[in-house]
Amino acid sequence: MYSDRVNRGEKLSNVKLTSVQYGILIMMLALGAGLWRLQVLGADNFRMLAEQNRIRKVPVLAARGKLFDRDGRLLVDNYPSVSCFLVREQGHSVDADLPLIARGLNLDLEQLRATLRHYRAAPGYQPIPIKQDITADEQAFIEAHRNELPELETIDEERRLYPRDGFAAHLIGYVGEVSEEDLNQSRYAAYEPGDVVGKAGVEETYDELLRGQDGSRDVIVDSHGREVGYLRTQHAIPGQDLKLTIDIDLQRVAELALGDANGAVVAMDPRNGEILAMVSHPSYDPNAFAVRINRTDWNQLITNPNHPLMNKAIQDQLAPGSTFKIIMSAAGLQEGVAQDMRVNCAGGGTFYGRFFHCDRHHGVLSIQQAIPLSCDTFFYALAQRLGIDTIARYATGFGLGSKTGIDLPNEMAGIMPSTQWEMKNYHQRYYPGNTISVGIGQGETQVTPLQLARALSGIASNGHLVRPHVVEPAQLPAQFRTAVLDSFPGSGDKSVPLDPGTWMTITDGMAAATTTGTAAAAHLEGIDFAGKTGTAQVVGGGDTHVKGGARTPNSWFVGMVPRRNPELVVAVLQEHGDWGSNSARIAAQVVATYVDKQRKRDHNLMEQATVNKPVEVGAVWSEPRPAGHHAGKRDEASDDGALHAGHFMLDPDKTLGRVLSAASPKALGSGQLPLPAWFTHALPLRFRERLP
Amino acid sequence: MRRFLSFRDFDWGLLCMVLLLCVLSVFEIYSATMHTKYSGFHTKQIFWISGGLVAMFIFSKIDYHRLLDWAPWAYGVCLLALVAVMAVGHKALGAKRWIRIGPLTFQPSEWVKLVLILIVARYFANLGGRSLTWKDIFKAFAMVGIPMLMVLKQPDLGTTLTYMPVLVAGLFLGGISLKQALILLTTGAVLVVGVWSSGKMLKPYQKARLTSFINPDNDPRGTGYQIRQSLIAVGSGGVWGKGAAKGTQTQGDFLPIPHADFIFAAFSEEHGFIGAVFVLLLYFSILMRLIQNAQTAADLPGSLIIMGIVAVLTFQIAVNVGMVIGFMPVTGIPLPLMSYGGSSVLFTFLALGVAMNVRMRRFVN
Repeated sequence: MYSDRVNRGEKLSNVKLTSVQYGILIMMLALGAGLWRLQVLGADNFRMLAEQNRIRKVPVLAARGKLFDRDGRLLVDNYPSVSCFLVREQGHSVDADLPLIARGLNLDLEQLRATLRHYRAAPGYQPIPIKQDITADEQAFIEAHRNELPELETIDEERRLYPRDGFAAHLIGYVGEVSEEDLNQSRYAAYEPGDVVGKAGVEETYDELLRGQDGSRDVIVDSHGREVGYLRTQHAIPGQDLKLTIDIDLQRVAELALGDANGAVVAMDPRNGEILAMVSHPSYDPNAFAVRINRTDWNQLITNPNHPLMNKAIQDQLAPGSTFKIIMSAAGLQEGVAQDMRVNCAGGGTFYGRFFHCDRHHGVLSIQQAIPLSCDTFFYALAQRLGIDTIARYATGFGLGSKTGIDLPNEMAGIMPSTQWEMKNYHQRYYPGNTISVGIGQGETQVTPLQLARALSGIASNGHLVRPHVVEPAQLPAQFRTAVLDSFPGSGDKSVPLDPGTWMTITDGMAAATTTGTAAAAHLEGIDFAGKTGTAQVVGGGDTHVKGGARTPNSWFVGMVPRRNPELVVAVLQEHGDWGSNSARIAAQVVATYVDKQRKRDHNLMEQATVNKPVEVGAVWSEPRPAGHHAGKRDEASDDGALHAGHFMLDPDKTLGRVLSAASPKALGSGQLPLPAWFTHALPLRFRERLP
Repeated sequence: MRRFLSFRDFDWGLLCMVLLLCVLSVFEIYSATMHTKYSGFHTKQIFWISGGLVAMFIFSKIDYHRLLDWAPWAYGVCLLALVAVMAVGHKALGAKRWIRIGPLTFQPSEWVKLVLILIVARYFANLGGRSLTWKDIFKAFAMVGIPMLMVLKQPDLGTTLTYMPVLVAGLFLGGISLKQALILLTTGAVLVVGVWSSGKMLKPYQKARLTSFINPDNDPRGTGYQIRQSLIAVGSGGVWGKGAAKGTQTQGDFLPIPHADFIFAAFSEEHGFIGAVFVLLLYFSILMRLIQNAQTAADLPGSLIIMGIVAVLTFQIAVNVGMVIGFMPVTGIPLPLMSYGGSSVLFTFLALGVAMNVRMRRFVN
């Protein structure tokens, strides 16, 4: 056996074995030190890395607030849609996967690469949006490649669904991905790349309210990116639904009435500034922006000479034409100049050594005739008498040359020339001859349709001008309301004192315009419709009165109903629309629709009673008798003298029950209206005259 | 001369420590595989351990002198087996390491390790402790080097490396002089550099594995990823650990092969610094106990056998734990008694059986 052959005396030296022992000890100590370094000194850092490994933040997108019209009808909705994001894991290079991703998602590889480059500097945890509104096929592709392409992540989100055919598109606006330039502005401080923001219209102004607040979910994933659970979810707070002041019926009629014409219609309630309709043509499809708009469509939109993206109701600045004569009349009457002025129109007149045309021989005219006939000669003379600065003072007083302060982005201010303006912009004295053109709304004066609607209805409302708005302010948080008001400085609500004579003369003049005057074609039987046409020459002259031609005059009309203290003002602009009477017909359609609707509504008190807000009622009553007369018998004199008619706003909650009982058939049948003292004291919240 | 044998002389203390490690191993394998396709491996591991225990008792009964007698034959069989692997081996995962006999596959390279321990012990014992000539050293190199190259060819870098400590321990304990050692080290260094730059002996992935531990970020998806995840697992365990079955790195499948090569990382994540140091202490105690057995062995070959085993175990622990904590490259060397795997468990128990064998015969003279 082996053992027999070996030298038994030999042994391993203890020194060597001990040195082996020490060697092992040192090794163990080294390993222990390594563990100490990782587990004790580096624990916090590695714990963080471990969390980063397994937790992925997935955004939970907030649904954007819906938009409703004034009657609560849905205008802008959301629809569920799936977007694809790319999640960059630590150290995982996705470059090799890009061709496959591009193929599966039907993306252009170069464009995908560009998108990634674009987000190169963004923090690693932030998912990169690579395709929005993916199809079912593309979704299936992502699901099928979960293992190969764990970096692809889908997110359910709500996407904007706008009315079709560009209905109210300019007013509503559209949404899109926040741009790099926007992100650098302080206003967008809270936004992150890829966020959807309102880019125009209500969507832009009220973005802060509409967008809500995105939530997030911490998802636990394994090394393959598979979700194995989630830690906590911070729910998204949906955006606030907003009720607009728009009336879909009116908007629809206005859209149809304007047809394919290049222009704008704006309908406003001059009592409170609510915009009931706002149309700008040509329009665009905001749904194209809801996903990402493609380049060719975009180029088409921005190169179209008719400016489809421009909201012409608040951004198109043009000479007001004859509609300006209302402002001239107000100035003339207030200054005491126009009342007794008689001008002989012989097809024009000579001022400052130059002959200015009128389109007709009107003969001798007073202002009462000059307004409905829109006689240029009369207003040339008036302009000469007033001088540019007086005209400018009144015009700016009625809001021309400054923004109305409507709650829509990028409103234009227009221009109202004056000597001061001339000096400031051209460093020269004002040439008085220009005043003559200004008198008929030509020259350098530029207004937007909304400005004109506000100014003319303001004059018809006895000098009371309101700030227009498209969103009912009551539903807005107080802080946001002031913020919006601050960010849209306009001339605001204000009152320009007018003499009763001025008011009567001008409103009657405008009423005459739609019966016997320039807008007689737009006459509405049984409706107290007043207005003023305008046919503004396009600078450069040339071929006129060829509808649609490049130098055809712009056709204006501002109409209102009723003539005094109007409930509705409609301004119509047709670029190159020829005569103002063309626009008057469009306005008449809107007005007729409005009145029709109001009449149906006014007579349904029971329907109104369900609406918890003040209701307007008409009433006829006699003055309360003095206390001594109470028991006395009725006599004819007191009957004719004390009978009044009027409209009231009543609060259905507080008074309607009693009013209905007071107007019971029995009481009506007896031929008397027993109106006790509380009625007249409590009810006349707002008195308004209305002619039959 | 009749030898008196009693299981009273069996090293029960050593066995207790070994079994304690095995218990920890089974629990950690259970924890690391419970949500993976490897679930149930802990029961397999229990079978391997049971088999290993039986083999250990059997090997402790056979006199190690008889084993030394058989060693040259076994060595020959080993070489033949390795040649067979090269010729008709079963290929899996890009490497030819297994021979298939009927339904069984086995990996000769693990057995070679044990045979090398015996043959090297026998060789240096025969030299009787006299100072070594260059010829002696060359023979020893050839003895270990031939199977090493054959295994490296399979390729199996990890196993190849575990043959090294057998040779080193033999040379060191067999009486190499300082001068010879220095010359060998220098030659070795030159050779390593030569092999590295020649590009023929090592496959590119092996090179990548060997270097990525220095800077894991160079290769974040490959072995660098494994090291990085391992470091995160160990580090995030902190002092007390995340608790059994609660390691996020282990359970989330971030840690590669957490039941085998990286089981120490999984254990450290779930049981923290305290647990990891406890395991290291167990290993330390086991090694010290083995060295004590080597000291008390009846003769030189007995001591050399045990020291060969100590060398292999120490090397494996150092390389595996070093890999887990980022000190060493990823070489695929399992942690003895902890990592899942039949070959590794069997080898370790057999080696311990031989060590027991030597201890039980320490008074026989």
